[in-house]
Amino acid sequence: MAWLWLVPLLPLTGFLILAATQGRLPERVVAVIGAGSVGLAALVTAVVTLDFLGSGSGAYSQTLWTWLSAGGFTPDFTLYLDGLSLVMMGVITGVGFLIHLYATGYMAGDPGYGRFFAYMNLFVFAMLMLVLGDDLLVLYLGWEGVGLCSYLLIGFFQTDPANGYAARKAFVVTRVGDTAMAIGLFLLFRELGTLEIQTLLERANTAWAGGDLTVTVAALLILGGAVGKSAQLPLQTWLPDAMAGPTPVSALIHAATMVTAGVYLIARLHDLYLLSPAAQTAVTLVGLATLFIAAFAALAQRDVKRILAYSTMSQIGYMFFALGVGAWSAAIFHLMTHAFFKALLFLAAGSLILAMHHEQDIFRMGGLRRRLPWPFWSMVIGSAALAALPLTSGYFSKDAILLTAFDAPGGPWLWAVAVLAAFVTALYSMRMILVVFFGDEREGAHDSEGWNMKLPLAVLAVLSIIGGWFGLSPPGDVLPDGGLHAEHGGWLPWVTSAFPLLGLALGYVLFEPSRNRVAGLMASPAADAVRRFWLAGWGFDWLYARLFEAPYNTIAHWNRRDAVDRLFDLTAAVVRGGNLVTAYLQNGRLRWYLANMAAGLAVVLLIVLGVS
Amino acid sequence: MELVLFYIAATVCLVATSLVITRSVASHALIYLIVSLLSVAVIFFLLGAPFAAALEIVIYAGAIMVLFVFVVMMLNLGPRRGPEERARLAPRHWIGPGLLSFVLLLELAYILFGGTSTSSGVAVGPTEVGIALFGPYLIAVELASVLLLAALVGAYHLGRRYLRSRREEEQP
Amino acid sequence: MTATVIPMEHVLALAATLFLIGLTGVLVRRNLLFLLLSLEIMMNACGLAFVAAGARWGAPDGQIMYMLVLALAAAEVAVGLGLLLQLERRLETLDVDRASELEG
Repeated sequence: MAWLWLVPLLPLTGFLILAATQGRLPERVVAVIGAGSVGLAALVTAVVTLDFLGSGSGAYSQTLWTWLSAGGFTPDFTLYLDGLSLVMMGVITGVGFLIHLYATGYMAGDPGYGRFFAYMNLFVFAMLMLVLGDDLLVLYLGWEGVGLCSYLLIGFFQTDPANGYAARKAFVVTRVGDTAMAIGLFLLFRELGTLEIQTLLERANTAWAGGDLTVTVAALLILGGAVGKSAQLPLQTWLPDAMAGPTPVSALIHAATMVTAGVYLIARLHDLYLLSPAAQTAVTLVGLATLFIAAFAALAQRDVKRILAYSTMSQIGYMFFALGVGAWSAAIFHLMTHAFFKALLFLAAGSLILAMHHEQDIFRMGGLRRRLPWPFWSMVIGSAALAALPLTSGYFSKDAILLTAFDAPGGPWLWAVAVLAAFVTALYSMRMILVVFFGDEREGAHDSEGWNMKLPLAVLAVLSIIGGWFGLSPPGDVLPDGGLHAEHGGWLPWVTSAFPLLGLALGYVLFEPSRNRVAGLMASPAADAVRRFWLAGWGFDWLYARLFEAPYNTIAHWNRRDAVDRLFDLTAAVVRGGNLVTAYLQNGRLRWYLANMAAGLAVVLLIVLGVS
Repeated sequence: MELVLFYIAATVCLVATSLVITRSVASHALIYLIVSLLSVAVIFFLLGAPFAAALEIVIYAGAIMVLFVFVVMMLNLGPRRGPEERARLAPRHWIGPGLLSFVLLLELAYILFGGTSTSSGVAVGPTEVGIALFGPYLIAVELASVLLLAALVGAYHLGRRYLRSRREEEQP
Repeated sequence: MTATVIPMEHVLALAATLFLIGLTGVLVRRNLLFLLLSLEIMMNACGLAFVAAGARWGAPDGQIMYMLVLALAAAEVAVGLGLLLQLERRLETLDVDRASELEG
């Protein structure tokens, strides 16, 4: 367990080597360094995990050094290992390694190969700092670091300006959340005097035991940050556009790890939310709204990666929903299973896209199940887990959330909406599978993959199936619910499990390519309007363009000659004017100079006489 | 009685000096300046500084003014240049300097106003001046001679070029 | 030898007036010769002030200072007239205002 510090250090070293050599190394070496550093980190994680479980799952912290010392503020660079951070660390290094391995094949031949793996390693390092940090300042360091890497990787294909816009959009929208979070951190520090997480939570529990406006405000601000990073309402507009990045990036950052940082943050600071029921309700509502909206949006998408993006948004909504209703362990469990099957789906989509020569529109695919067996079976397994087919990992985690939700205040309504969204989830999963892999075969598919792309798919597929069998909740009493509540009698578990199955059935009926009954439904203009509304993500981009971008652009247009700059130019202009005036005094005429001297004498005499 | 002499000499001086600065012909101005210098010499005499009076006439009027006369002759600044000079002396040119001088005059008058010193009434003859010169003011004498040497060299240098180029112009 | 007892302020007032007349002359005249002439008036006025001061105390110091002023005036005239000759040669004019190349 003392080797904990190696886990973030290995990817950092990988980044430093790759950044220093700047693309001058051959691809094989880059692959070994890039994927190998994360692989070694995963290995160390495994060792640390065994050690941790063997020693009774008590919390372990390893202080590396004192970061800074300013007045009474002395944050330490401390790595904190408990059940929660252990689970996160395992997901990041394990799934991360598989994705890195896949990327060594996917990105082969790209001129930015070295740059890609440098950024990916830096991302893994930042994410690990985020989850291992014992101080909110270290967490914020990781938070910003992953934001930076997300920007760099979304805009990775930098020759196309559209990718730059997508990266910028992601960065700016998450920045809004980050600012809210920073203010929240300031508030917490001012009220409690520390940012060290465990100390902070203890002090919060004593200071605000009876409920207080301050803790609600702080919790809501932190929620703001989480919402931005995890692409929840209202800061969710960046995630579909972030699919402009390479597919391994979408898999790692925008499915398995970065977007789950918000979930981790709220789980880590769970005491604050327990102290403020209002904030916790806000978490529930945010999650519920997002999971519902995103599910319908996914139903209308044509681009396979955008389907998966909205799906991710929806599933993270489930995690937020779970946190809000008090199913803490279930949320983290779902985070883990989601990492498995969503990464699987993205990587399979990547193979699909590569095989179809970078075609991403599902309606330009069809009947590919015989030609592309690996993507086919991967996506089938992944979709099954996504749709919570019984006995898959997704089934266990999602059911735990839904059953706990039923018991929460206002439970039955919450449960109903969430179950309806689960129905829609199954619906769009089935649609995706049917449209891509069934029906008339589209020519031109070209399956060529090495072992380095097939192995991760295989491992993730296995994990997607068996990952739920062990009912894992974070070891130790980290989260307040003390484990998963899967106990419910009566009709509830049956109905909860039935809805996704109904969704799959309806999906088959509607989208089965040979009969294509959905076309009949889509014929009317009203239906088409609804479809286009869902396709545009319920119109949020349109709304934000009018609400925020247009006024900002107008103001920028008014200020296009830059009033502040002109103020500084005024200084220069005054000086220049002064120069002109004083230059006039130097006209080269002798008698003028003499007159000036005489006048000066007169003035001086006047002053002397006046003073005396 | 002698006080009246002072006032007469002062009046002559002022009139002559005013005429100096308003003449348009160079030689006329020079003559009036010499008159002014002579009247100042008279005042020196009245103040009991005969040596200074003599120096005023011999050196100031006798050497420095002669230098001016030489230049006037060299440059042919005769009566023919008169109208041109007068053109430059339009009344409006006098306003600014006149005003400035008037202000300074008022200030100086204010400074001098109300004092009640008088001259000592004792003449200081050349003997005393000579003793002082060879005594405490020896350095001043030496420095003055160095200054005159420098002026000599400078004037020689500036004048020499002029002469040489004149000679070059005359030769084919 | 005796001398007249003259009120000091009057002599100094005369010196001041002479000085200012000279100053006016310097500021008004454009011909360099007349300018030098006016300069001489000013220096003469200073000399007068010094002698008057010496006479106030009955000491030779005033006259000695006057002699130094005289030496200075002589030196200045010599060099000044040399410059005047140069001005005449180079710019073919004695107008001091024409000897100005600054744009001002």
